Amino acid sequence: MKSSTLRQLAPVAAFYVLVLATPTLLSYDYYYLSILTMAGIIAIIVMGLNLLLGFAGQISLGHAALFGISAYTTAVMTATYGFPLAVGMLSGVGLTAVVALVVGMPVLKLKGYYLAMATLGFGLIVYIFFNEAISLTGGPSGFVGIPQLHVGGFTFDSELSYFFLVWTTVTVVLLISLNLIHSRIGRALMALHASDKAAQSMGINVARYKLFIFVLSAMFAGIAGVLYAHYLSFVAPSSFGFHFSVQLITMVVLGGMASLWGGIAGTVFLTAMPEFLRAYENMEVIIYGLILILCMMYLPQGMAGGVSKLVALVRRRLGRA
Amino acid sequence: MDLGTFLQFLAAGLTVGSTYGLAALGFTIIFNTTGIINFAQGEFVMLGGLLAVVFMHWLDPGLPAAVVLAVLATTIVGLVMERLTIRPVQHTSVINLIIVTIGVSITIRGLMMLLWGKDTYVLPAFSGTTPIPILGATIAPQSFWILGITLLVLAAMRYFFSRTIFGRAMLACSFEPKAARLMGISVERMVMASFMLSAFVGAVGGAILTPLTMTSYDVGVLLGLKGFAACILGGLGNPFGAAAGGLLLGVLEAFGAGLISSAYKDAIAFVVILAILLWRPSGLFGAPDTERV
Repeated sequence: MKSSTLRQLAPVAAFYVLVLATPTLLSYDYYYLSILTMAGIIAIIVMGLNLLLGFAGQISLGHAALFGISAYTTAVMTATYGFPLAVGMLSGVGLTAVVALVVGMPVLKLKGYYLAMATLGFGLIVYIFFNEAISLTGGPSGFVGIPQLHVGGFTFDSELSYFFLVWTTVTVVLLISLNLIHSRIGRALMALHASDKAAQSMGINVARYKLFIFVLSAMFAGIAGVLYAHYLSFVAPSSFGFHFSVQLITMVVLGGMASLWGGIAGTVFLTAMPEFLRAYENMEVIIYGLILILCMMYLPQGMAGGVSKLVALVRRRLGRA
Repeated sequence: MDLGTFLQFLAAGLTVGSTYGLAALGFTIIFNTTGIINFAQGEFVMLGGLLAVVFMHWLDPGLPAAVVLAVLATTIVGLVMERLTIRPVQHTSVINLIIVTIGVSITIRGLMMLLWGKDTYVLPAFSGTTPIPILGATIAPQSFWILGITLLVLAAMRYFFSRTIFGRAMLACSFEPKAARLMGISVERMVMASFMLSAFVGAVGGAILTPLTMTSYDVGVLLGLKGFAACILGGLGNPFGAAAGGLLLGVLEAFGAGLISSAYKDAIAFVVILAILLWRPSGLFGAPDTERV
């Protein structure tokens, strides 16, 4: 038992050391750090989606909306009504969880493309609401003046402080997720991924597990949402549309489904890529599309699958030598 | 509501619904032969309209010829897409194939933006723009073109799938690819044909709608989503149910926009679809789920 816990903890510890070293490695280039901070925020959503899609086998095309609900809630609570930050952030994550619970109960009875369509419909309705409820959300032009985070006397006002805050959160969420998938719950989720009827006949309450993982992944999106709103101090509906939901799914798949590490790698890769392609102006979109196609054609198990294939290849070579 | 207003909403709904219906038909043609939901379907609709504008501008061959050229070119795009991106990855999971189609859709959109810019364009109406008064409603002549051509395409597809050897061979692949192969049907060729047909019907929808609603490089996203919604509404896997779902979705939207709120028009459509999904997941015209362990 002890050694298996250690085997899980060691990579996470190594990961966090890498996080701590990153600003130095990038010689405090704030442009790169801001890209990584954004990637970290998105990685939190992707980890939740990974639990839902990769482990439990349930698709959601509405996660961008859940992310947005949390971001707007904390924005409205703190900026419009002047509640303390902690209240705003808790109500952001809390409301997201409640919405996921209410939507999830009926919707998770659906399967495959029908579940995709239902979550997509939910996402679009929320997106349209963000655009049209102008007195509450500011409409298409966005919501400005969201306060910066502060704890006690310390204010998160530098790029570096947000980088550490976000990536520490990523690490904590990663630990929680790894713990979950190696537990009884994780095995139940994988069982219902393989066949929910077989899982049911083994005594697993399929409906309850699906709902649990859906709400949990929504709460991850909620955590990302409050970090996003206070980091940028500005939110607009265009960040929470269908396109972003598709990008999230792409990050899960590109990283490798059912691999949390792959998900983080996929997120950082896909968030950073457009920045490096910016030099090619209009070519950027085409290159993004082509990379998606080629990755799926030649790396169908995602980046995690590619790496393990590479490791296997190197091992075989070494074994022969 | 008086009869004139009712007819006005109905005509507006059926007109836009035709395009949703043709997009939905395209979705089901590919879904039936491959099990893939092709997220580039909306791009076929966009190409139908935008390429007609491009051909008008470059070659000035007259409107009918430009429309025909655009539809043919889009059909070839469907062929190329299948050859380059679908055929090489046959043995992969469905979700990976979906991501491939999303990649194709992003690439097509990016190419059109690069070639033709981000502006909005319109095609001339097929036979003038003088509205025709009918029972208190005034209806654009283009609406009649749209409905007529849509019904013609639907009838042609019906004939193709039920009466021609080729169409029946495609249907056979959708029921049981292995048995179809044993009967000497080339499943590969049928998959290719399904992409071409689906691009064809999508492009027709886009080309005939453009004189009324305008087009730009990014209209495919929402048209594709509405087509997908129409499929689910009508029943995934039932081509003519999906087309009917498109018409119904268009009508619901038009009445919702007119009677409730035009700002929430798209939301109304999706609320209805959510309700129907929860009440009858297999769609209005789909067979009830008979899945067993």
